[in-house]
Amino acid sequence: MTIAIWVIIGIVVILLIAFVAIYNGLVRLRNQVKNAWAQIDVQLKRRHDLIPNLIEMVKGYMKYERETLEAITKARTLAQQATSAGPGERAKVEGELSSALTRLLAVAERYPDLKASQNFLSLQEELASTENKISFSRQFYNDSVLNYNNQTQMFPSNVIAGMAGFKPGEFFEVTVAEEKEVPKVSLT
Amino acid sequence: MWQQIRSNQTRSIILVIGMGVLLALLGYFLGLYFVGSGEVGLFIALIIWGIMSLVGYFQGDNILLSVSRAKKIAPDDHPRLYNVVEEMKIASGLNKMPDIYIMDDPALNAFATGRNPKKATVAVTSGLLQKLNRDELQGVVGHEMAHVKNRDVLLMAMCAVLLGTIVVLAWYASRFLIFGGMGRTRRSSSSGGSGGQIIILAVAIILMILAPILAQLIYLAVSRRREYLADASSALYTRYPEGLASALEKIAASTDQLKSANKATAPMYTINPFRKQGMSADNLTSTHPPISERIRILRAMAGASYEDYSIAYQQVIHTDKVFIPAAAAAAAGTVALRAAQPEAPEKLEEVQRARETTNALWNVHKYKTITCACGTKLRLPPSYKLPEIKCPHCGRINPV
Repeated sequence: MTIAIWVIIGIVVILLIAFVAIYNGLVRLRNQVKNAWAQIDVQLKRRHDLIPNLIEMVKGYMKYERETLEAITKARTLAQQATSAGPGERAKVEGELSSALTRLLAVAERYPDLKASQNFLSLQEELASTENKISFSRQFYNDSVLNYNNQTQMFPSNVIAGMAGFKPGEFFEVTVAEEKEVPKVSLT
Repeated sequence: MWQQIRSNQTRSIILVIGMGVLLALLGYFLGLYFVGSGEVGLFIALIIWGIMSLVGYFQGDNILLSVSRAKKIAPDDHPRLYNVVEEMKIASGLNKMPDIYIMDDPALNAFATGRNPKKATVAVTSGLLQKLNRDELQGVVGHEMAHVKNRDVLLMAMCAVLLGTIVVLAWYASRFLIFGGMGRTRRSSSSGGSGGQIIILAVAIILMILAPILAQLIYLAVSRRREYLADASSALYTRYPEGLASALEKIAASTDQLKSANKATAPMYTINPFRKQGMSADNLTSTHPPISERIRILRAMAGASYEDYSIAYQQVIHTDKVFIPAAAAAAAGTVALRAAQPEAPEKLEEVQRARETTNALWNVHKYKTITCACGTKLRLPPSYKLPEIKCPHCGRINPV
């Protein structure tokens, strides 16, 4: 009789310990996802901040590229408005900003004066690096989400995730629109 | 994905424990022979080890950085290096940006140090900055960052301290044996001598000779494992193993050249392995897996995950040994490679890189740069105190 009670108490204690361990593990993973998301956010903001500088710098050289410049300004405004949106929506607008930026930099290749300028070179390094940082933080974020989602879906942690309301995270997939058309250059 | 490292850690730790046992044995038998008590020997060995560990733990990174004459840089001193380090910091998921140091040296080399990820430091030579393009630099920095992230720095420091203690102990014991040996033999012969004493002497001598060699072998084994793992992590972070592969190629190609071409700096790199690798986790030019093998593994990777590295490792080394446990690797899923970054023509790039690096070095040594109206750049040493300087080119007077 007493043995049975002790066995039951033992099982309950073990279950409790397992519960706490799994719960804490889930919290840790969820925090990692949040943290990784904050990293992406920092880098996206950084890109928003760099774009006005870029436009200011190239404006003088690229007088006849109004369309390209307007496209990027518009994409930036849209992206800035979506800063509080979820990963899915944000990925869309940021993807558009990315392609607008790529187009602008491609056009800039045709202006030797601009390319020779030291300021432009250092800004280009900043932009390229920010672009890399965005993709690296996205990479880390998606890995963290995958890790976290696996835990929320696999037995036995899925039971606790269901009970404590751990919702699966959303991936940040940027689908950069392929270079649809080569921007027309009019040097008339 | 990031937890897989742990399973690999266990084997390294077993090897380190093996080294510890070696040290204990050496101490015990030396004590038994010299003072007639194994416990005393063990105690002395542990004290030496303890002191060296403390110094290594708290001062290791400082000692290493000052021995290698590395100088800390600010973000503006070399934006590209700073950016690349930050990129890899993000990719590896470290929380804190490591300190960045530059060594003014034409050799291609880099190391990471710092006892924990919060105190991490990455140091690269100016030669590395000049010779490597962005992708390659990223590969090397990714490799160093992996050492930080995988906690290799502390592990290798512990290993190096153990190795050092064994070497020091064996060396002093052999001196004592040679110079103090006479008196001892006379005394033991007067007391009649004993078979036991001779056996202990034999064991002590064998240990004295073998322990340092064995410890060195274990050290290399641990180091080799960590190197492969750091390569795998670098590929995973950058998603571009070719970057590290081609960096390694450049590094391998340049070492011979350096030693003959630059005798003044050679001692720093050919110094005995304990001093050189003492507290560092990695020294690219003297890593122990053959560089050609590392390059072939990286180039054989079909994707960028640990599993891909493991498969490539098996292919190149011709072994069935699983590098990373399959279950852990499978959970990582497929990881695609990325394309190379567009680069300017190599020649042009190199000029630009050389200029950036020189600028960084001027800044690091606190030289002031003044651009004269004629376009000449004047570099003023920190000891220059006058309020103005005459341009040697055009004769204009520039305010400092």
